[in-house]
Amino acid sequence: MEILLAVITGLLYAAGIYMMLRRSLVKLILGIILLGNGVNLLIFLLGRITKGKPPIIPEEAKVFQEIYADPVPQALILTAIVISFGLQAFAIILVKRTYKVLGTDDLDQLNTTDEDS
Amino acid sequence: MIIPIFVTTIFKSMLLSILAGLFVAVGLIFIGKFIKNKWAAVSLTALPLGLFIYFLNYIPQIASGEIIYQKISWIPSFGVDLSFQLDGLSLLFSLMITGVGTLVFAYTSAYLKGHEYLDRFYAYLSMFMAAMLGLVLSDNLISLFVFWELTSISSFYLIGFNNTSEASRKSALTALGITGIGGLFLLAGALLLGSITDSYSIAEMLQNKDFLLQHEFYILAVIFIFGAAFTKSAQFPFHFWLPGAMKAPTPVSTYLHSATMVKAGIYLLLRFSPILGSTEFWNTTLILVGAVTMLYSAFHLLFRTDLKGILAYSTIAALGILVFLIGLGTQEAIIAALVFIVVHALYKASLFLITGIIDHETGTRDITKLAGLRKVLMPVAIAGFIAALISGGVPPSIGFVGKDLIYEATLGMPTNAILLTVIAIVTNILLFYAGFVAGVKPFTGKLPETYEKVHLPSWLMWFPPLLMVSAGMVFGIFPQLLESAFVGPATSSLVNDSEGFHLKLWHGFNTILGLSAITLVVGLLLYFILKPTHRLENFINKLEVISPKSILFFLTNGFEDFSKGWTNFFQNGYLRHYIATIVGFLVVALAFIIFSNFDLSLDVSSFSELTTYEIAIAIMMIGAVIFTVFTNSRLAAVASMGVVGFAFCLLFLFYSAPDLAMTQFSVDTLTVILFVLVLYRLPKYLHLSKNVLRLEHGILSLAFGSLITILVLKVLQEDQNSEITNFYAENSYLLAKGKNVVNVILVDFRGVDTLVEISVLIVAALGVFSLLKLRLKTRDKK
Repeated sequence: MEILLAVITGLLYAAGIYMMLRRSLVKLILGIILLGNGVNLLIFLLGRITKGKPPIIPEEAKVFQEIYADPVPQALILTAIVISFGLQAFAIILVKRTYKVLGTDDLDQLNTTDEDS
Repeated sequence: MIIPIFVTTIFKSMLLSILAGLFVAVGLIFIGKFIKNKWAAVSLTALPLGLFIYFLNYIPQIASGEIIYQKISWIPSFGVDLSFQLDGLSLLFSLMITGVGTLVFAYTSAYLKGHEYLDRFYAYLSMFMAAMLGLVLSDNLISLFVFWELTSISSFYLIGFNNTSEASRKSALTALGITGIGGLFLLAGALLLGSITDSYSIAEMLQNKDFLLQHEFYILAVIFIFGAAFTKSAQFPFHFWLPGAMKAPTPVSTYLHSATMVKAGIYLLLRFSPILGSTEFWNTTLILVGAVTMLYSAFHLLFRTDLKGILAYSTIAALGILVFLIGLGTQEAIIAALVFIVVHALYKASLFLITGIIDHETGTRDITKLAGLRKVLMPVAIAGFIAALISGGVPPSIGFVGKDLIYEATLGMPTNAILLTVIAIVTNILLFYAGFVAGVKPFTGKLPETYEKVHLPSWLMWFPPLLMVSAGMVFGIFPQLLESAFVGPATSSLVNDSEGFHLKLWHGFNTILGLSAITLVVGLLLYFILKPTHRLENFINKLEVISPKSILFFLTNGFEDFSKGWTNFFQNGYLRHYIATIVGFLVVALAFIIFSNFDLSLDVSSFSELTTYEIAIAIMMIGAVIFTVFTNSRLAAVASMGVVGFAFCLLFLFYSAPDLAMTQFSVDTLTVILFVLVLYRLPKYLHLSKNVLRLEHGILSLAFGSLITILVLKVLQEDQNSEITNFYAENSYLLAKGKNVVNVILVDFRGVDTLVEISVLIVAALGVFSLLKLRLKTRDKK
């Protein structure tokens, strides 16, 4: 399964980068989201995957008795997901605003500060 | 009682004499508008005059051999102090700076009478004077460097004073560029010398002289000092900024570009000649550079028709002579150099001031048009004539004494005496010619009708040059006056044994007198035979293509084009270009590292088995990603991205991360909703990029993705360090009383991180809110 997940990580990276290279602002945001997912999966995978053993100490015990999933990458990813939500929300509203003011979502038309071009 | 002592210490301090000019410059910002009136402007002359008198007071003390040393700690940890040393050499320069400064300040009040920016001009002049005084008084090399740069900067402002003229601005920039390079040389030299001798004090370097001369970096240190001196003092091939600097108003040319600032390089060489001098490298280089400079610029002046151009080239020639004399390095040569510094300041400053008067009154500096002005500008004509006499070294002027000393120095050389003397004679003949063209020619002959209405300007303009040339005559007749007050003390600070040498006007009938006679006769002949014409000037301008100036401009333009191309290539303003560059570079770097240690054998034994539901999720995810990328409908893209997100939830669920699954689920839902709410306002997808570009980007992205896959697989082969994990797992309940380890990490062990994270979200929320509420003015809306 790790090989398959590694391939998916690579695919998410490739798709993210490809979308970021497009000229549409919306695609740029989609690209960032895909790339973010790719990064999350990368971190998750590097912490090794464990099936059906969540890092929760059993009711009756005070410490873990058996093997458990690594909680550190999970904590990292949780933070990453929340932060990237903030980023996405801001970006989406920014795109909306940009389109409203400038009438375009083509990045090539946004590369100058001059009003007349 | 303490306060008066403190006050007197302050007033005796040399620091104050330097800062005075800066105080005045700053003060002019506030009271500048009140000095437009002529007399108010003249009163500013009190500053250099006061300082001149202040330094005059030191003459008896310094002449008796005393050296005044004052030190204020500045940055002791770096060995940088504000330490000032007043010895004979510093005193000579200080008197020149303040003396010529007094006359220039007075002259300016009439020359720029009613000028819109007169206050600004005075502020720059004061700043320059302060910097120049600091330069010659500093004992610490670092503070010397600071003042050195300050002179370059004030020179920049003064050359570009007529800031509406493009030529002025360009000349100012050239001058700043060349002298700025010199400043860097000086800094490098200072640091090198400082690290060799472990002190930035020039006086202490003198004590470590023997060690310095033996040191392996001696040559390098000398090269740095030379680089600084040659650029500042306009030596070949850095000389060309000086003729350009003539774009400045004439008082500036007088003060900075003939009498004082360009002598800073000479000062530096003189100051260091007891420390670094008297080696073959030092002497030969200086003689060579000095000789080339003096011959090159002396010949150049033959072709000039602009009075200031002639004076500029003769100034360069004079600076060449000085470097040449320092290069000879004998006691006679040093004395000759010191006398010549004074001589040159006196006559060249006068000639510049006279040129300024001519320019001011007639509106031209073209020597082919000027004649007969003695009829209307008598006192100026007298000053010009005397200045020409001094410049030509005609007895009994001080110029005669100076020229004799030069010949005496060259003749006294053990080797190549004849050659050196011939070079000196040729240069002196041409300088004689320059002096007469600038000082005599405009006043002789028939007055053209156009200039009959010319009238004598305010005495503030013609008196200063007259005063200076009179001093030149007085010094010539009584050379012991010059010697005891100025040159003697300066000599004793440079040469160990200066006893038994005295300046004399009359040496009797000897070879030197003969050489002087030759100089005068040939110079006079040259003056009568050769008339400056525009034809000659045009001829020399054609050769301009191969001059150092053109070569430098060619190089700088080339460099500018190169950097423009470079910048435009990398910084073209297209986001995808930046991303492509960054990713492309990463791909190359990653590929190099991965494939140079090529070991892609995969140990799959540790990997988990594939189950059907896992395969189903993987297929779902891959399909959704590909659909997101290639769909033409934006809504479909957003929806399929939602699918990717939900597939992630399942994945997290399978692999023991229920918290992640929850979070991912809510965040993804919110994102999709937000997208859909906003999207319906946006235009349709456009097929913007060309297919070739899409293909290129596709290949680049896939290459990057593949490398990431390989990287992940490689890392999975490595052992894992689980120390941190174990700590959290073991202490989660024992220390933090929580059983869900992920939650405990977030809210307890790394609680502050989470707090910051929440702040980030608040900032984002504020951003979203304000973007939604922002009302633009109608102007911005279009």
